[in-house]
Amino acid sequence: MLQGWVVLLASFAYLGVLFAIAYYGDKRADAGASIINNPYVYTLSLAVYATSWTFYGSVGRASVSGIGFLPIYLGPTLMAALWWTVLRKIIRISRANRITSIADFIAARYGKSALLGGLVTVVAVVGVVPYIALQLKAVSTSFTVLMHYPAINTARAAAGPLWQDTTLYVALLLATFTILFGTRHLDASERHEGMVAAIAFESVIKLLAFLALGLFVTFGMYDGFKDLFRQAEAFPALQSLLTLGTDNATFGSWATLILLSMLSMLFLPRQFQIAVVENVDESHLNKAIWLLPLYLLAINIFVLPIAFGGIMHFPDGNVDADTFVLTLPMQEHHQGLALLVFIGGLSAATGMVIVETIALSTMVCNDLAMPLLLRLKLLRPGAHRDLSTLLLNIRRGAIVLLMMLGYAYFRFAGEAYALVAIGLISFAAVAQFAPAMLGGIYWKNGSRRGALVGLGAGFLLWLYTLLLPSFAQSGWLPASFLQQGPFAIAWLKPQQLFGLQGLDPISHGLFWSMLANVGGYVGVSLASSQSALEKTQAMLFVDVEGAAGSRLWRGSASIDALRGLLRRFLGAARTDLAFARFEERQQRTQGGQGGATPDADLVHFAEIELAGAIGAASAHAMIASVVDAEPLGLDEVMAILDETSQLIAYSHRLEQKSIELELASNELKAANARLLEFDHMKDDFISNVTHELRTPLTSIRAFSEILRDHPDLAPAQRRDYLDIVIKESERLTRLINDVLDLAKLESGSTTWHAVALDLAQVITDAVDATSELLKGKNIQLALDLPPDLPQVCADRDRLMQVMLNLLSNAIKFCNPADGRISISASAKMNKNQQDGQLQVAVRDNGPGVRTQDQDIIFQKFRQGGDGAIGKPQGTGLGLPISREIIHHFGGQLWVESHPGQGALFAFTLPLAQPQETTS
Amino acid sequence: MTHKILIVDDEPNIVISLEFLMQQAGFEVAIAPDGEQALIQMAAFKPDLVLLDAMLPLRDGFEVCQKIRENSAWNRVKVVMLSAKGRDAEVSKGLALGADAYITKPFSTRELIALVQRLVAGAAC
Repeated sequence: MLQGWVVLLASFAYLGVLFAIAYYGDKRADAGASIINNPYVYTLSLAVYATSWTFYGSVGRASVSGIGFLPIYLGPTLMAALWWTVLRKIIRISRANRITSIADFIAARYGKSALLGGLVTVVAVVGVVPYIALQLKAVSTSFTVLMHYPAINTARAAAGPLWQDTTLYVALLLATFTILFGTRHLDASERHEGMVAAIAFESVIKLLAFLALGLFVTFGMYDGFKDLFRQAEAFPALQSLLTLGTDNATFGSWATLILLSMLSMLFLPRQFQIAVVENVDESHLNKAIWLLPLYLLAINIFVLPIAFGGIMHFPDGNVDADTFVLTLPMQEHHQGLALLVFIGGLSAATGMVIVETIALSTMVCNDLAMPLLLRLKLLRPGAHRDLSTLLLNIRRGAIVLLMMLGYAYFRFAGEAYALVAIGLISFAAVAQFAPAMLGGIYWKNGSRRGALVGLGAGFLLWLYTLLLPSFAQSGWLPASFLQQGPFAIAWLKPQQLFGLQGLDPISHGLFWSMLANVGGYVGVSLASSQSALEKTQAMLFVDVEGAAGSRLWRGSASIDALRGLLRRFLGAARTDLAFARFEERQQRTQGGQGGATPDADLVHFAEIELAGAIGAASAHAMIASVVDAEPLGLDEVMAILDETSQLIAYSHRLEQKSIELELASNELKAANARLLEFDHMKDDFISNVTHELRTPLTSIRAFSEILRDHPDLAPAQRRDYLDIVIKESERLTRLINDVLDLAKLESGSTTWHAVALDLAQVITDAVDATSELLKGKNIQLALDLPPDLPQVCADRDRLMQVMLNLLSNAIKFCNPADGRISISASAKMNKNQQDGQLQVAVRDNGPGVRTQDQDIIFQKFRQGGDGAIGKPQGTGLGLPISREIIHHFGGQLWVESHPGQGALFAFTLPLAQPQETTS
Repeated sequence: MTHKILIVDDEPNIVISLEFLMQQAGFEVAIAPDGEQALIQMAAFKPDLVLLDAMLPLRDGFEVCQKIRENSAWNRVKVVMLSAKGRDAEVSKGLALGADAYITKPFSTRELIALVQRLVAGAAC
């Protein structure tokens, strides 16, 4: 089934589907119902990162270096973690300034410099066009491999005549697609929704294809991961791939690759296009931050199984590992799967090519062609014709040109090393943008000259240490250039510059180019001063929140001139709409004071609108040609900027103050709630106290009155009643004492006499004091006091009070028929043997304390029990007082009990420190 | 005919004093130490008047009062609530539940006897 026409038909049918999706996406966007306005499509379109280099190349790389393919995907995963700060800021800046490409971004940041924009464009084109060629090569190779079915033959046939080359037609179709869906409008900050939808679809296809193949290899050809890896382990050629590599160079190149891929994730023109320009809503980042790493994980999970499977199936090494993904299913005669994999590879290649060309064409048009046309005075006002069509045509031309450049390079380079190695070399080229970009959004002092020098030096060193050596290895330059250096000057050897050895070529090139780049950027920025415009732009970019750009312009302009200028680039309809929107906004914010003379706001607005179409640098020049700007002196700019930053700082302080006030008010509320609660507790306490006081008083009064009214009572009864009066009076006294005691304890006004004392002695004394009671109730008491118990530091009388309380409770609740109480004490040292604590436990064999009562009994006036065993005696304050005392000395008092099995009341006290013992 | 008084309280000394006072006043007396016993005695002893403490184990006085008022057989029985809880809210709660009087502890024994006599006399005619 894999005849040529089937493969061709499938390829073109697939491209047809892409056209349909893009068309549908644009239609929905025009109808106002975006299909890409969700984080999942955003993430999938970001996965344009995974090109055919991933699709075919990862397996190839894994076959040579084991997990050496991973850093390219670890980098983006790390970068995703930084997106929330870095990428979000770039998106905000780009939205506020209608930035449409990375060249535009850098040019706008450094004083709308056309020169800098042009340089960035040149670097991007030189660095990325070969990468486009690599994608076309992948399409071509995979097609050739498939055409040889059933033979597994990767020896490439010589390229046929041009008109028979399918790749050319694929390239032309891609150019058509890109023109149709990438240049519908001029304003590049209007998104290409159809294109993004198609790219997201391609990401789905390539992932599905790769996963299908991975599942087939792992579970179809082998019996799962375990089986595959066990066989791989036994395979001699794979031994070295199963290790990480041990020399320092391996770790060094891992670090280089991770850094490179981190930077590429942000600064590759296609990534910037998708991540920034095509971003609909910055909140989509929230999901993309974890979804994209997940995607990369999914597309990498089967790389090693496929690589190992390929090596084990084609052990003699005459099948190119880069084609394993195709040759494995072909070998197994799974033609359908092979075709699916081919389509997957096609989707990976075409996605990259489409987005990259759109991004580059915008840059070429706005940052190379426009400044040139401006210089040639072709666009001067006066020539009153509609320029929007001209601009669109420039972009279309640029797309075709770039595509054909890529194709030509592919035809020219063929199997040359220069093309094979371009992936990483291309990454290193866009990494040159990093200093100017990152410095530009975080460092106000980064200057135009600094950026020019840094980028220029970095680019030259990149050419010298990375691109030219790859030409030499392809045989386009004499080999002596590499081995002896140019003109046999050894210290100029491009891969061992100034004698630097021991690094792999990529690390070496990245080191020198970044050293020159960062050094030039920082050094020159520090040494040179910024112009007024640079200062303004620096502030607009670094303080993207709350900066107002229009305040930094003064002069006069005619509204008609501005309108006329915009019409020429944007067309009449879009210009009028934009002006209407602007006036409406002005009226809302300024209460309708819009006059006939355009003010700074209008000029600023017109420039930003224009920048969306032709880039910041060109827009600035165009606006300058129709308005009369009074140049602002550097002092004035500084004054305004100072004022602005003071305003910002002031509003920060206000915000801070308001947060503080809110916090304070919350604290006050909480304090008030606590006070109310205390009030409530106090009410309850008083109510409880009065209740407890009234009960004995009732008996006392009743019996007193009985004795008064019945003088003829029998003497025995009279004495009984008097006894009751006395007992109840005692109860009353006890209660009053306890209440006062507890109040003193809680208010902290108790006087303590803490001394180091022998707890065993206190326990024995307490037992002696209650011995009459024990005897009376016939209770057996067991004492377990080891000799030589360490001393504790506490108040003797207070501890006595606690012990008496626990003991009398135990006596009170003991089994009335066969009462048993045991008291034990033990010391527990901490690990360091320096300090520890003493634990005392009093156990009875009474009814126990129900679980739900175990907290209640420590509350004031709360007694346990369900009342079935009669009203407990006592004031209901003994345990709360005891707990207060133990807490005061740094210990704990608690109960352990299971109903029916008695209760154990235990407390701990920290041991006395030696110096306290002596005192 | 001798009127019957049921004393419901969990404080033994208060029970002793009330028992003495009521017997001296010529009533027949029964005692219940908690809410459950009180309801049992209501059926068994059939008192004419109940002296009912508010804070009781098992069922509190308010609940007992409510049970008494719910049973139509007992709607001629007088209920005097005695409580150490003297807050207005509790007094009105007791009266609202159908108590004939609410006495706050400690109380005057003479007044209590007079009240009880007046209530049982009112019930008789």
